Amino acid sequence: MSAALPETAPAAPGDETPERRFPTAPLFLSGPAALLFAALVLTPLFLTALLSFNQFDYATGRTGGFTLEHYLSVVTDEYYLEIFLRTFRISALATAICVVIGVPEAYILSRMTNPWRSIFLLVILAPLLVSVVVRAFGWSMLLGPEGPVNGALIALGIGRMKLLYTEGTVVVALVHVMLPFMVIPVWTSLQKLDPAVEQAALSFGASRATAIVRVVAPQILPGILSGSLIVFGLSASAFAIPGLLGGRRLKMVATVVYDQYLSDLNWPMGAAVAVILLAANLIIMLTYHRMVEGHYRRRLG
Amino acid sequence: MSFLELKNITKRYGPLTAVGDVSLSVEKGEFVSLLGPSGCGKTTTLQMIAGFVEPSAGTIRLDGRDITRAKANSRGLGIVFQSYALFPHMTVFDNVSFGLEMQRVARGERKPRVEEALSLVHLSPYAKRYPRELSGGQRQRVALARALVIRPPVLLLDEPLSNLDAKLREAMQFELREIQRKVGTTTVMVTHDQAEAFSISDRVVVMEAGRITQIDQPYRIYEHPETEFISRFVGKTNLLPGKVVTATGAGATVSLAGIAVPVETADLSVGETVTLCIRPEKLHLTAPSSGLLTGRVADRFFLGSQWLYHIDGPVGTLMVVTPNDGSTPAEQGAPVGLEWSPSVVRVHRGAMAEAPDVALEVTG
Ligand SMILES: Nc1ncnc2c1ncn2[C@@H]1O[C@H](COP(=O)(O)OP(=O)(O)OP(=O)(O)O)[C@@H](O)[C@H]1O
Ligand SMILES: [Mg+2]
Repeated sequence: MSAALPETAPAAPGDETPERRFPTAPLFLSGPAALLFAALVLTPLFLTALLSFNQFDYATGRTGGFTLEHYLSVVTDEYYLEIFLRTFRISALATAICVVIGVPEAYILSRMTNPWRSIFLLVILAPLLVSVVVRAFGWSMLLGPEGPVNGALIALGIGRMKLLYTEGTVVVALVHVMLPFMVIPVWTSLQKLDPAVEQAALSFGASRATAIVRVVAPQILPGILSGSLIVFGLSASAFAIPGLLGGRRLKMVATVVYDQYLSDLNWPMGAAVAVILLAANLIIMLTYHRMVEGHYRRRLG
Repeated sequence: MSFLELKNITKRYGPLTAVGDVSLSVEKGEFVSLLGPSGCGKTTTLQMIAGFVEPSAGTIRLDGRDITRAKANSRGLGIVFQSYALFPHMTVFDNVSFGLEMQRVARGERKPRVEEALSLVHLSPYAKRYPRELSGGQRQRVALARALVIRPPVLLLDEPLSNLDAKLREAMQFELREIQRKVGTTTVMVTHDQAEAFSISDRVVVMEAGRITQIDQPYRIYEHPETEFISRFVGKTNLLPGKVVTATGAGATVSLAGIAVPVETADLSVGETVTLCIRPEKLHLTAPSSGLLTGRVADRFFLGSQWLYHIDGPVGTLMVVTPNDGSTPAEQGAPVGLEWSPSVVRVHRGAMAEAPDVALEVTG
C-alpha cells in the first residue's frame, strides 16, 4: 500500500479544479462501457426490431416495406399463444424448482468450513465449464429409449417410458443448467449476513427452522430475487435445451425463432416473435422485481 | 452452590488459546464484569456461556444443570451482542417483541411490555423505524431493550454501553443496576471501561491473554491489584523499581535510587528486587524538601475536578493527581515535595516488566 503511494500521488492533483472535474469524470468513466453496450447490444436489437416490421414475400424471399401483419398473426394465432404459454410455464417451473433446491444448497454451502466449502463451490460451478449442448446431449443419452434410466426401469419391471421430448425433461435439464445462477447470488447474500443475527434469534429460544424462516430468509430475499430473475430470463430464452430435448413438437419460443429464421427463412416473422419474447420477458421480470423488492427496499436498503 | 459456574473452560483456535482454563462462579442475582484488554478472550468466554462457541475443554453449569453441550436455543439467556445483531428487516418494535413471541407471550401482553422496554432505553418514539435508520447508540439501546424485555434469569452483555454518550451511559448503568436489584437477574457484562465495571459490578474479573488474573470486588482490584499488569491496566499507577535494604516482621525499607522508602509488606528479604506501585491520587504535594522526595513540575493537566501533575524527580517522572479544591495549582517548573503514607504502597516482587502494549485508560 505504502509502496504504491509515491507512484499514484503525483497523478492525483489534476490540472482541473474539483468543481470542473466533477461532472465530466462519471461521463468519461462510464463512456467506454456505454459505447460497447450500444454497439454490441442495442444495435442488433434495434435492427431486429426494424426487421420485424418488414413485409416478407414467400415467393421471392425478399423483405422490405412496413407491415404489422407478423405481430398480428403471432398475437392471434393459437399456435404461437400455446408456445408462449408453454415457454413461460416451463421457465416459471424451472425457476421455482431452482429456488427450492438452490436456496437450501447455498445455505448449506455457507455453513460449511473451508476445505469443503471450496470443494463444493467448485462442484456447483463445474457444470458451467461444459457447453450446454454437451450437457443436453448427456441428458438425451441418459433418458433415451436405450439409455441407462430406461434400462433400470425395465430391469425393475416397470417397463420402458417415454422420457425424452417431454416438458418434464426440459424442466429437469433447465434446472440442471440454471442452478448455479441461483446458488451464486443467494450464496453471496448469505456471505453478507452477520452470523450473530441468526444466533440472536436462537438465543431468544427460536428453533433453527424458525430462525431460518423469520430471520435468515427475509435477509437473503434480494439474492433469491436476482437469482430468480436470471434463471427465468435465461430459461425463457433458452435454445439448446428445448431444441435438443424438446424435439420437433415440444417447441419453445427460442426454437420457433430459429425455425422461422433458418427453416422458413421468414426473418421478419422470427424477428417479431423475438421482439415479443423480449417485451414479455421484460414485463414479467419488472413486475416481479417491483413486487418483491418494493416490499423490502426500506428494510434492507 | 453457585448459580452459574464455569469450570476449567478452555477454547483453542488451532494453536491459539483464546481462553485458557477459566473458572468462575457467579451467585444468583450477582453482577459480574469481565474486564481486560482487547483480544483477551472476553467475548469468547461470553459466547461459550451463550452456547455459540463450543468449549474445547471444561464444563459450564447453570442452576445445577450441565449446559456445556446444550443447544443455544434451550438456555434461555438474554444476550446483547457486541455487534448488536439486530434483525435488519424488522422494525424496532418487532425486534424487541421477537423474544416475547418465541416465549409465546400473548399478543395483548406483548405490546405493553415492548413499550415499557423501549421507554426504559429512551427509544419510544423510534418504535416504527428499521435498524438501519438508527444511530449506533440507538441500535445499541434496541439490543439492550431486546434482551431485557424477556426478563431472562441470566443476562450476558457484551459491551452493551460502549457507544453511548457519557450521560446516557450513566443513566443506562443506573437502569441496569436497578433492574438487576429488582428482578434479581444474574448479569455477566463484558466491558473495556473500568469506570463502568467498577461502578456497577459486585465483582470484577480481570482477564489477560485468555486467563483470569484476579476476581475481586472493584475497590479491592483497584487497591490491591495482584499483578503488576493489573495495576497498570486498571487505572493509572506509578511503578518504581527498587531494592529491599532492611526487612523486619512488620515491614521493610526499599531503596529507590538511593532514597529509603518504608513499606508495610512483611515477608520481604534483604537484597530482593521489587517494584513499588503507588496510585497518583495517593501522592500529596508538599513544600519543597519537606516530603519523602523532592521534584519539579514538568507538566500539569486540568481534568476538571482534578489536577494531574507530572513531577520529575530522582526516581523518574511520577504522576500525581490532586483534587481541584479551588486553590492555585503548582506552577510548571516549580519545585515541590512529595509525600505518601507507607500503607498505600503496593509491592510486587521482581523487576519491572516491559510496559504493556495495551492502551491505558484514564479514570477520573
Ligand atoms: N473464530 C475465531 N477463530 C480464530 N480466532 C478467534 C476466533 N474468535 C476469536 N478469536 C481470537 O481469540 C482471541 C479472543 O477473542 P475475543 O473476541 O474473545 O476477544 P475480546 O476480549 O472480546 O476482545 P474485544 O475487547 O476487542 O472485543 C482473539 O485473539 C481473537 O483473535
Ligand atoms: Mg469482544
